[in-house]
Amino acid sequence: MSRTAHHIIALFKKDLLLEIRQQYTFYGVLLYVASTIFVLYLAMGQPESMVWNGLFWVIQLFICINAVAKSFLQESRGRMLYFYSIAGARNFITSKLLFNMLLMLAMSLISLFLFQLLMGSPMEKMGMFIGITMLGGISLSLVFTFLAAIAAKAQQQAAIMAILGFPIIIPQLLLLMKISNAAFADVVQAGLGQMVWLMAGLDLMVIFLALILFPFLWKD
Amino acid sequence: MIRRNWWKLLCIILLVYTCIAGLLGGVPELHILNETIRNLYFHVSMWFAMMIFFFISVWNAIRYLINPVQRFDILSLAYARTGIIFGVLGLITGAIWAQYTWGKAWSNDPKQVGAAIALLIYFAYLVLRNSMDDLDKRARVSAVYNIFAFALLFPTLWIVPRMLESLHPGGMGNPGFDPKDMDSRMRLIFWPAAVPGWTLLGVWITMLYVRLQRLKDKMFQNG
Repeated sequence: MSRTAHHIIALFKKDLLLEIRQQYTFYGVLLYVASTIFVLYLAMGQPESMVWNGLFWVIQLFICINAVAKSFLQESRGRMLYFYSIAGARNFITSKLLFNMLLMLAMSLISLFLFQLLMGSPMEKMGMFIGITMLGGISLSLVFTFLAAIAAKAQQQAAIMAILGFPIIIPQLLLLMKISNAAFADVVQAGLGQMVWLMAGLDLMVIFLALILFPFLWKD
Repeated sequence: MIRRNWWKLLCIILLVYTCIAGLLGGVPELHILNETIRNLYFHVSMWFAMMIFFFISVWNAIRYLINPVQRFDILSLAYARTGIIFGVLGLITGAIWAQYTWGKAWSNDPKQVGAAIALLIYFAYLVLRNSMDDLDKRARVSAVYNIFAFALLFPTLWIVPRMLESLHPGGMGNPGFDPKDMDSRMRLIFWPAAVPGWTLLGVWITMLYVRLQRLKDKMFQNG
C-alpha cells in the first residue's frame, strides 16, 4: 500500500516538476484563457446572466481540452515504456488524474477571476458559484484525462479527442449549467442537492472506471 | 441459434401481428394522444430494442477485455451498429409523432436531446474504430471506449430526464412512457409481440452482418 502511494507521489511530483521547469502548459493555457475571454469581452461586453453562464461553461470545456489533452500526448513512446517498467498502470493513471485535477482547478479559478474582471459578475451568491466552478473543473478534468488516454492510442489525436469528448460531456455540462443557475437567483432551487450529489457520484464512477479500464489501454 | 430458423419465423409472425393488430386493434381514448398512441408499438419498441443492443454490445466489449477473441469484437461492433439503426428509427418515429401531438418535430425536449447525445456517442465509437489500423489495438481501445461511454451515458439517460420537466409521456417512474396509459388490449400487443418482435428483427440483421464479416475474414485469410 505504501509502495503504491510512493509511486503515485513520485509520478505526480515528476509531472509537477516538469510543469514548473518548462512552464509550457500553464502559460500556454493561461494565454489561451486570457485571449479567449478578451475576445468575448470585445464581442459582447457584459452579457446577462444566462449568456454569461453558458459562455463560462463552454470556455471551461475548451480550456479543459487544451490543458488535459497535453498530459498524454506529450509522453513519447520510449518514456511510456520506461514508466511501464517502473510503475503499475493504476499508479500512473492515478497520478495523471490528480495532476490534471490540480491543473484544471487552477485554470477554472483563474478563468472565473478573468470572467469577473472583464464580463461583469451577475451572480447573487459568489461563494456558491466558486464551489460549483471547482466541482465542475474537477468533473471535466477527470473525464477528459481518461479520454486523452484513449485518444493517445489513435491517429490524429487532437481531432479524436474532440469527437470522443463532446457528446460524452454534454450531459454533465448541462447539469453544471443547471446547478449554477442557482447561484444567479436569490431563490432556493428545488432538487439542487440531488444534482450536486449526482455530479459527485459521476465523478466517483469516472475514477472507478479509469482505474479498472486503464490497464487494458496501457499494454501494447 | 444462428442456424435454426424457428425464431426467424417467430419474428415475422410477431411483426405481422404487431402491424395488423397495432393499426386495427382497440386503443383507449386519451386526451391529445388519441389514435397516435399506436406509435407505442413502434417508437417505444425501437428504444427498448436499442437499449438491449447497446447492452449486448458493451457486454461483448467486456468479454473481449477478459478474453481477447476476435469474435467478441465483431459481435460488439455489430450490435452497436444495429443499436444505432434502431436509435435513428426511434428518433424518426418520435419526431413524426411529435409533429402531430406537440406541433413541432423537434422541441429540445430533454428526452430528444438525450437520444441525440446517445447516437452521437456511438457515431464517435465508429469514428474511433476507423482511426486505428492495428486489429488487436483497435478492438481493445474501442472496447474500453464502449464501456466508458456506456457507463457515463446511461445513468444520465435514466436519471437526468426524471429531474427535468418534459412534454414526453410518462414523467414520474418510467421516463419513456406511462404504463398507465395502456389498457389490457394494448398490453397484449406491446409486451408479447412488439418488443420481442423488433428485437428479434435486430438480432437477425446483426447475425447477417456477423456472418458476412466472417466470410470476408475467411477470404482475407485465404488470400
